Amino acid sequence: MKRPVVVKMEDVWVSFDGNLALKSVDLEIEQEEFLGLIGPNGSGKTTLIKVILGLVKPDRGKVEVFGRPPDKLGPERPLIGYVPQKSQNDWNFPVSVLDVVMMGRYGRIGLVKRPSRADWDIARKALEDVQMQDSGDRQLGQLSGGQQQRVMIARALASQPKLLLFDEPASGVDIQGEEQFYSLLQTLKKERELTIVVVTHDIAVVSSYVEKLACLNQTLYSHAAPSEVLTADSLKKVYGCEVELLAHGRIPHRVVEEHK
Amino acid sequence: MIDILGYPFMQRALIAAVLVGIVCSVVGTYVVLKRLAFIGAGISHSAFGGVALGYLVGLSPIGVAIPFSLATAMAIGWVSRKGKMPEDTAIGIFFASAMALGVLFIGLREGYNVDLFGYLFGSILAVSVSDIWLILGLGLGVIAVVLLLFKEFFFLSFDEEMAAVSGLPTRTLYFVLLALMALTVIVSIKIVGIILVEALLVIPAAAAYQLTRNFVRMMLISVLIGLVSGVLGLFLSYWWDLASGATIVLTAAVIFFVCFLFSPRRRKRRVAAEQ
Repeated sequence: MKRPVVVKMEDVWVSFDGNLALKSVDLEIEQEEFLGLIGPNGSGKTTLIKVILGLVKPDRGKVEVFGRPPDKLGPERPLIGYVPQKSQNDWNFPVSVLDVVMMGRYGRIGLVKRPSRADWDIARKALEDVQMQDSGDRQLGQLSGGQQQRVMIARALASQPKLLLFDEPASGVDIQGEEQFYSLLQTLKKERELTIVVVTHDIAVVSSYVEKLACLNQTLYSHAAPSEVLTADSLKKVYGCEVELLAHGRIPHRVVEEHK
Repeated sequence: MIDILGYPFMQRALIAAVLVGIVCSVVGTYVVLKRLAFIGAGISHSAFGGVALGYLVGLSPIGVAIPFSLATAMAIGWVSRKGKMPEDTAIGIFFASAMALGVLFIGLREGYNVDLFGYLFGSILAVSVSDIWLILGLGLGVIAVVLLLFKEFFFLSFDEEMAAVSGLPTRTLYFVLLALMALTVIVSIKIVGIILVEALLVIPAAAAYQLTRNFVRMMLISVLIGLVSGVLGLFLSYWWDLASGATIVLTAAVIFFVCFLFSPRRRKRRVAAEQ
C-alpha cells in the first residue's frame, strides 16, 4: 500500500536575481520516508529545503506540505522541524541549552503566552532523546560542535514535528560523530514516526543509512533506492563529470571524483 | 543631595533620568544582541528632523518627533529588509538627510532662539510637566510591549531564520522592535539628547553582556547600570553644571570599562590565550 504523501512538488522553478536555482522540480516524499538529497555545491539543495519550509516562494509550480502550501500551514506549521546548516548563530549569545530547545516550542505556544509546565517537560524530553539532558543549564557556547548540533536537533524535536529537514548536518563533525548522528536519526525516526530529509554532499555516508536518495542539480535527476541511484551513469549526469564508485559491501562506500 | 530635589525642575529631570535609564537599557539589550546599533544611530539622529519640524510649524517638538521618528524607523527597516543596497549605506543616507532637513527647518523659522544644544546633548532644565506625562506614558508602553513579546524578541534576536521557521511573524516583530527603538529615543531626547541617546542604547547592555551568560540576568544588570548612570549622571551634571546627556553617557561609559576589565568572558579568553 502506498504511504501518504507528506511533501509534493510539481514543476517548481526558483531563481534569484535571474540566476536559476531550481528547474522544473517534481518530488514526492512519502510519510516515514528517510530521504537523502544529494548534489554538488550550488545545486539548489538548500533552496529546495527552503521551498519546503515556505521561506522561499517558487516563481512557478505547486508545493504542498501536509496537503497545504507551506506558507499557509498556520497552526500546523510546527509539524515541520528544521535543523539548519552549522549555523549563522552567535554562539556567544547569552542563552542556555534548555532555552534554545524551548524556542522550538514557541510556534506551538503561540504569541504572548508563556511556556507551561507541559512545554518544559516536552523540551526536557527532547534533550533526553539526543542524550543531552545533563547540559540543560549550560550556555550554548560552552558546548562542542557535535553537542551544539544535537541541541539543534532537540529544538526541532520540541515542536513535535512529523517532518524533519536537515541541511548539511555533518559538516564540521568527524566520521565517528557522523555515524552517531545517523544512527540517532534512525532511532528518532522509529520512535517518533518521522519523515526525514537530509541534504548533504557527502554521498558515501548518507547512502548507508537512508532508504531513498534523490539527486539534485537544479533539476531532480533521480529519486529511488540508493543502489539504483548510485550508478556511475546517473552520478555523471548530476555532477557533470566522471564519478568513480568504489563498491564496498552492499552499497558503495567511497566516491572518487575525477574532474577533467 | 536631598535639598537639590526641592527644585521642581530637578524632580522632573530625575523622573526622566530614571525612566530613560530603564527604557534604554531594556531596549538596548536587543540592540546589542541583534546588532542594531547603527540602525539605532540612524533612528535617533533622524529624530532631529522631527523636533525641528515641530518648531517650524509651532507645535510641540517632541509631539511632532514621535510620528516623524516612527516613520523614519519604518523606512530604515524597510530599506534594510529589501536588501537592494547595503544596510549601512542606506542608513547613512537616511540620517544625514533627516538631520539636514532639521537644520533647514530651523533656518526657515524666523528669529530662532531654540535651545538647540539642549536637544542635541540633553539639559536638566528642559523637562516640562507635559513632557513628564508624555515620556512616562511612552516609557511604560515600551516596557509593557517588551514584557508581552518577551519570548518572541528573545528568539528573534537569537536566530531570526529559525524564528520564522517556527511560525513567528518575524517581519512584524522586527518592525515592532524598531518602533520601540524610535519611542525610546523620544523618551530620551530631553534629558540625554539626540546625539547621545544612541550611546545609552548600547553601553549599559554591552556592559551587562560582559558580566553574564544569562539573557534575563543580562537585561536586569543592564537596567541597573542604566539606572545608576541616569541618576548619578544627573546629579553630577547639576553639581558641575554640565550637559546632562554627556554626563549620563560618560558615567555609563566608566561603568562599562570597569565591567569590561573584570569580565569573566575576558578572563577566560586570557587563560585560553596563555595555554
